[in-house]
Amino acid sequence: MTVIVALWCVAVLLGTAILATAVARRPYGRTFVYGVSLIASAAALIAAVTHLLTGGTLAPSVTLPVGLPWLGSHFRVDALTAFFQAVVNLGGGAASFYGLGYGRHEAAPQRVLPFFPAFLAGMNLVLLADDAFTFLLSWEFMSLASWALVMAHHGERDNARAGYVYLVMASFGTLVLVLAFGLMAGPDGGYGFGSIRAAAHAPGVAALVLVLMLGGAGSKAGLVPLHVWLPLAHPAAPSHVSALMSGVMTKVAIYGFVRVVFDLMGPSDWWWGVPVMAAGTVTAVLGILSATMERDIKRLLAFSTIENVGIIFVGLGLALAFQGNAMNLAAALALTAALLHVLNHTLFKSLLFFGAGAVQTATGERDLECLGGLIHRMPQTSFAFLVGCVAIAALPPLNGFVSEWLIFQAILQSPQFPQWGLKIMAPAVGALLAMSAALAAACFVRLFGIAFLGRPRSAAAAAAQEVDLPSRSIMIALAGLCLLAGVLPGLAIDSLAGVTQSMVGAKLSEQATIAWLSVVPIGESRSTYNGLLVFLFIAASTAVSALVIYRLGPRTIRRAPAWDCGFPDPSPATQYTAGSFAQPLRRVFGGLAFGASERVDMPAPGDTRAARLTVTMHDRFWEWLYTPLTQVVSLVSGTLNHLQFLTIRRYLTLVFIALVALLLVLALWP
Amino acid sequence: MTNLVFDIAHLLAGGLVLMSLVMLYQVRLYALLKVFTLQALVLALSVAWQAFAQDAPHLYVTAAVALVFKAIVIPMALHRIIQRLGIHREIETVVGFGPTMLAGIGLVALSLVVMLRVTAGADPMAREDLAFALSVVLLGLLMMVTRRNAVSQVVGFMSLENGLVLAATGAKGMPLVVEFSVAFSILIAFIVIGIFLFRIRERFDTVDMRALDRFRGEQR
Repeated sequence: MTVIVALWCVAVLLGTAILATAVARRPYGRTFVYGVSLIASAAALIAAVTHLLTGGTLAPSVTLPVGLPWLGSHFRVDALTAFFQAVVNLGGGAASFYGLGYGRHEAAPQRVLPFFPAFLAGMNLVLLADDAFTFLLSWEFMSLASWALVMAHHGERDNARAGYVYLVMASFGTLVLVLAFGLMAGPDGGYGFGSIRAAAHAPGVAALVLVLMLGGAGSKAGLVPLHVWLPLAHPAAPSHVSALMSGVMTKVAIYGFVRVVFDLMGPSDWWWGVPVMAAGTVTAVLGILSATMERDIKRLLAFSTIENVGIIFVGLGLALAFQGNAMNLAAALALTAALLHVLNHTLFKSLLFFGAGAVQTATGERDLECLGGLIHRMPQTSFAFLVGCVAIAALPPLNGFVSEWLIFQAILQSPQFPQWGLKIMAPAVGALLAMSAALAAACFVRLFGIAFLGRPRSAAAAAAQEVDLPSRSIMIALAGLCLLAGVLPGLAIDSLAGVTQSMVGAKLSEQATIAWLSVVPIGESRSTYNGLLVFLFIAASTAVSALVIYRLGPRTIRRAPAWDCGFPDPSPATQYTAGSFAQPLRRVFGGLAFGASERVDMPAPGDTRAARLTVTMHDRFWEWLYTPLTQVVSLVSGTLNHLQFLTIRRYLTLVFIALVALLLVLALWP
Repeated sequence: MTNLVFDIAHLLAGGLVLMSLVMLYQVRLYALLKVFTLQALVLALSVAWQAFAQDAPHLYVTAAVALVFKAIVIPMALHRIIQRLGIHREIETVVGFGPTMLAGIGLVALSLVVMLRVTAGADPMAREDLAFALSVVLLGLLMMVTRRNAVSQVVGFMSLENGLVLAATGAKGMPLVVEFSVAFSILIAFIVIGIFLFRIRERFDTVDMRALDRFRGEQR
C-alpha cells in the first residue's frame, strides 16, 4: 500500500518537473511547482509514517515495466525505507513550503523549478528501489538533478567550479557503487535485492564491498577525505536546495550504506566497525574544526553537515562492531542512535539553512563579518535560528542532545567487547566525539553571536527586513519539531523498533509506556533521560527567575552604551569578530589540522602605518590528495594526447601491432 | 582421390600466400600490379577448386566474380590510374626488404600456429585454408603498413580482401549472399579510394602519403 502511494507521489513529482519547464517563467509557476511538491511530499510522508507506526504489511515488491527490458524495475517498502522516506519527505515538504516564499527572490526560476521536484522524486526513488539497477539509476538521477540545481546560478563566481567538482565526485561515487553491486551480484548477475540478500558472500568480497560502500556512500554523504564538494556545492545552490542537499540528500547516502552493509550483506565481522568508526570520527572532528574557522554562513553549515555525518557513521560503526560480537541489543541501541540523529539532523540543518537563506535574502550577505545585530530587525528568524543552533549544539532539552546522548550510551557499552582493540578504540572515539560536540557548541555560539547579536557590521545588515510569512512560519514549525523531538524522543525511538529488528535482530524496549516519558535505552539501573522533565524544569526556572527579576528589579527601561573598556568607539568594526572568536581554537588545532600560521607585521617605532596580522591556512586535502591526483591525470592525458595526432599509417601500424600481439597471446596461451 | 583434392587445395592456398610474400618485395608499381593479378588468378582457381571439392556449384560464381573483378577489372583500372598519375617509376618503402620479408615469414608462422591450435578437431581442409587465409590477411596489412604510396596501399588492401574470400570459401556452408556482398563492398571501396586518389593528386601533385601528413601539420 505504502509503495503504491509513494510511487504515485514520485510520478506526480516527475510530471510536475516536466510541466515546470513550461510554466517556470509564469507568475504562478512558483506557487504551482512548490505547492504540488509540498502536497506530494506530505502524502508520501503520511504514508511512510503510517507504515512505521502500524508496522505495515510487508508487501511483495512492485514491478514496473520500465527500465531494463524483461526485468523491469522493482520497488518495495520495508521499515528502513519507510523511516528514510519519512525523513526525506519531511525535509522535502519543508523545503517546498519555504520555496513558496523564498522562490520569489529567484532571478532565474526556469533553472530551479523544473529540477526541484525531479530532485525530490530521485531521492524517493533511491529509497524505494528493490534492485541494483533501479537503485543506481535513481542514485544517478538524484545526483544529476541536484547538480543542475547547484548550477542554477552558474554565472556567479566559483559556482561553475563547484558544479564541476560535485559532478566529478558524484561520478566517482556512482562508479564505486556500480563496482560494489557488481561484486554483490556475483557472476550469476542476481541484481534483485532479494537474491543479493539470499546469496552467501565470501569474506573477501564482503570486506571489499564494505570499503567500496564507504567510498560510494561516503562521497555523497561527505566522509573525509571525500567531503571536498560539500562546502563548494551547498553554498552554490539556492538556500532551500542547500537545505535539501545538506539535510536530506546526505541521508539518502546513509540509507544506501545501511541498506547494503546491514541488510544486503547480512551479519558482519566485528572488525567491520573499525574502519567505519575511524572514518566517522575523523570526519566529525575535521568537519567541525573547519566549520569553526569558516566565515561564510552556508559553507559553515555545510562543514557542520560533514561533522554530523561523521557522528552518524560512528553510530553505524558501533552497531556493526556490536553486531559482529552478537551483542544485538547494544547494536540496536547504536543503530537507533544513528538513525535518530539522521532525523534530528534533517530537522535542524533544514532549519539552519532556511535561516541562512533568510539572512541572505534580507541582507544579501553570507559573510559573517558583514552581519550583526539582526536580532533586532529579524526577531522571528533569529528566534527560530537560535533554537536550531541550540539543537545542533546538542543542548537539552532539544533533539540533538537525545541522539548524541544515545550514541554515548552505546559507547559506554564498549567494555563488554571481547576484543581489546575495540575496548580501547571505542572510548577514544567517544572522547573525540565529545570534543567535536563541544566544538560544535562553540561553533554555533560564534555563528549566532556574530550574525545576530552585537551591532550591524555593514549597511546591508543595518537595513535588514524580516522575511516573508511562509519562510518564517516553516522555520518556526521546524523549531517546534526540534523541541518536540527533544521532549518526546520515545515516540521516534519506538518507531525505529521495526528497523532495528530487521537490521540487527533486536530492538530497544518500548519507551512510550515508561512513566513520565523517560528514555531508558538499556535498563533503569544504567542511565535514563527525561526530556520532558528537563524542559519543564528549564521553563519553570526561567519563568521564576524572570518573574523575580521583574518584581525586584527597577521597572524603567534605561538605554545606555555598552561598556567598552572605557573607550566607546562608534565603529562596529571594533566589535568581537568571527575571526577573533575562532582565534583561540585556531591556535590550538589550526597548526595540526590546517597548517595555519600567523604573521604579525609590526611597523617600526615612529612609523605611522597600521600593523597587520596575516593568517594563512591550508586545505590539506586539496594540497596532499586532490592536487597531486589532478596532476597525475593531466600528465597521463597530456601524454596520451599525442595519440590523437598520428599519421594514418601509424594508426594502421598500431592496429596491426595490436592484432599481432593478440594473436601472439592466443598462440602462447597455455 | 581425397588426398589429391586436399593437396591441390593446399597447393593453391599456399600459392596465394606465396604471391603475398612476393608482393612484399616488389619495388615497381607495375610489377606489384602484375603479382596482384597473379594472386587474383590463383584465388579464382582456388575458389573454383573448392567448388569442385565441396561440390558447391555456387562457389563457381564466386570464382567467376573473383576472376572478372580482381584479376581483370581492378588491375586494369589501377594500371590506368598509375599511367595517368605518371608514378610508374616511383619506389617507396618505409622499412627495408629484409626486415619486411622476415616479418612476413614470422606472420605466416604465427598464423599457422594460432589457427592450427584454435581449430583442432575441425575439418582438416578448412583448417589449412583458414591458416593460409589468416596469413594472407596479415601480409596484406603488413603491406599497407610498410608502404607509403597510396596505390600500393590500395593493392595491400585488395590482397587482404583476397585472404577474406579464401577464408569464406574454405569454410563449408558460407551463404552466397555473404560472398557477394563482400565482393561488392570491396568494389565500392575501390571506386571510392580511386576517386580519392585523384582528388589527392589534384590538390598535392602527389599520392605520397607524406604530403598529406605534412599538410595536416603533424610529425611522422
